[in-house]
Amino acid sequence: MIKFLLIGLLRDKGRSLVPVLVVATGVMLCVFMHAYVSGIMGETIEMNAKFTTGHVKIMTKAYSDNIDQVPNDLALMDVSALMGDLKNEYQQMEWVPRIKFGGLIDAPDQNGETKAQGPAMGLGLDLLSGNSSEKERLKIQESLVRGAMPEKQGEILLSEEFSQKLKVNPGNEITLIGSTMNGSMTMYNFIVAGTIRFGSSVLDRGTVIADLEDARLALDMVDAAGEIVGYFKTGYYNQDKAAGVVQKFNSENYDPENEYSPFMLSLKDQDNMSLFVDMSEYMVWLVTFIFIIAMSLVLWNAGLLGGLRRYGEMGVRLAIGEEKKHVYFTMIAESVMIGIMGSILGTVLGLFFAFLIQHYGIDISSMMEGASILMPSKIRAHITPVDFYIGFVPGIISTVIGTALSGIGIFKRKTAQLFKELET
Amino acid sequence: MKSIITFILTAIIAISYGQPDANEIIDRVDRNMSSENRVFESSMTIHGKRNSRTITSMSYSVGDKKSFTEYLSPAREQGTKMLKLEDQLWIYSPSTDRIIEISGHMLRQSVMGSDLSYEDMMDDRKLTDLYNASVIGNEEVDGRQTWVLELKAKVDDVAYATRKVWIDTERYVPLKEELFAKSGQLLKRSVLSDVVQVQGRWFPRVIVYKDMLKQGDGTEFKITSIKFNQEIDEYLFSKAALKQ
Repeated sequence: MIKFLLIGLLRDKGRSLVPVLVVATGVMLCVFMHAYVSGIMGETIEMNAKFTTGHVKIMTKAYSDNIDQVPNDLALMDVSALMGDLKNEYQQMEWVPRIKFGGLIDAPDQNGETKAQGPAMGLGLDLLSGNSSEKERLKIQESLVRGAMPEKQGEILLSEEFSQKLKVNPGNEITLIGSTMNGSMTMYNFIVAGTIRFGSSVLDRGTVIADLEDARLALDMVDAAGEIVGYFKTGYYNQDKAAGVVQKFNSENYDPENEYSPFMLSLKDQDNMSLFVDMSEYMVWLVTFIFIIAMSLVLWNAGLLGGLRRYGEMGVRLAIGEEKKHVYFTMIAESVMIGIMGSILGTVLGLFFAFLIQHYGIDISSMMEGASILMPSKIRAHITPVDFYIGFVPGIISTVIGTALSGIGIFKRKTAQLFKELET
Repeated sequence: MKSIITFILTAIIAISYGQPDANEIIDRVDRNMSSENRVFESSMTIHGKRNSRTITSMSYSVGDKKSFTEYLSPAREQGTKMLKLEDQLWIYSPSTDRIIEISGHMLRQSVMGSDLSYEDMMDDRKLTDLYNASVIGNEEVDGRQTWVLELKAKVDDVAYATRKVWIDTERYVPLKEELFAKSGQLLKRSVLSDVVQVQGRWFPRVIVYKDMLKQGDGTEFKITSIKFNQEIDEYLFSKAALKQ
């Protein structure tokens, strides 16, 4: 039966070609859109996770309440003890202390007088201990434009844009002017080891990256850190697991009476990330739903047109005694086959276009100038395993719905009039 | 004739209230607090919300135009020097061997994390040059009778548009001060105590500053030794002296 229907479809191009192309087009758009949206959402979430929020983050409650001001006077203290506890208690995660700091970078001329100055946003990361994967996580090595990675204390990385603004090159000395944890003014000399470009306008404006111990020395933060960020060792953010870790940690460590006690937040609870996380969770269903509705309407229409074209054929089949239900069933079966064929073709095409966008990306840096949200300046699609089957859901369902709706007409045909119709 | 009557009336009012004219009061305060030059050693204890720390320093100043401060302890601050010439301020940090000029909004930053800003440190001008004063009452502060004066800025380049000052009626030194922004918001409060006579003038040796916009319990500034009208080497007030 299936073979019979399949041969019929293949031989009668008018019956199969248009519906297959319609389904393929819809499925292609569905697969492409899903990969594209996953790319934007995923990359934005991961970029924020890597640079700012972590999958979970520990701060003091006071620091968390004033986080926009980077208040290092409210930073976590006795960090090495806390790190030891975290490594024992939450072995499914990797924990890294970080210090964010603001300040001025002052570039001197040959006489030691100020040549150029600019506001900087600093990040103190564990670059030199050899026990951390911060370099790999933030792809710092890959982001190097000039110079080299810091290899010893006192070396720093500057964003390429910032280094050009200050007219400094790798090997030059610069001075950080900032505030210590106690609020004193601090001056600390660094040698520019290299320059970096992350591909995000927010980061590339005035970022400096120093080793954590250098940041501690410069800011008088002995065994202190503004924040400790945690990442699942799987590499992917999982909201349910993160919520569990947060609940356990806060119940054991957070004291509402002490604003300096450690307090944990999940990625979703920080920096308005909840919208992104929720959207990425619902996006699969949203895209599928929209395409099922849109394609059902198109295929209903195509089915009606096909029904008109095959009006005679249906009449003959009913006239020679084929049951209405059987005719309807064969049409549905045909639609399933068309749906499968269209979905395969559409998925292949959708994946092909998604791959092109994943590989080459779309440069939106000109649109991101002055943006405050951390977004990649090149948008890339992200092909996930879901993309290999997501197109089949709307592809088959919409074809079946379309055919089911247009095929209802079969039941309205009156056997008594069939021969009259055939005579005309 | 008209001016004589005005003078007599003013004198009668002043005598009846038992207090001199407000501007005369701040003039006498200036004579106590300002000097041609002075050299003093001080300790500044900053009571932060999480800890307290003490910084000692040696300061030299000539009038209200030149001053030089060298920080003596703790080790992290030792050797840091500040030079003020007219309205310019430079800081030398020995760890970087750099001299940086502090200007613009940086002048409003806290000095060593204290409740004092660089702007506060720099402004040594006489009250009579900056403010118009009026007596608004009498109060007792720490067991001493004071006049309460309201000072309103008569020049534009002052950090605080209005001040409320409690002046010791006998010794002509401020015992308490509140500093307000143009909007009327209270920005800082200081309490002065341990008033001693040094070289014929009364001078408070302890000042507790509280930045009302900052957390913490204030900064206690204690003068451990002070000498007026000393001979100070002019070389000290040069950028070259910062690096030495």
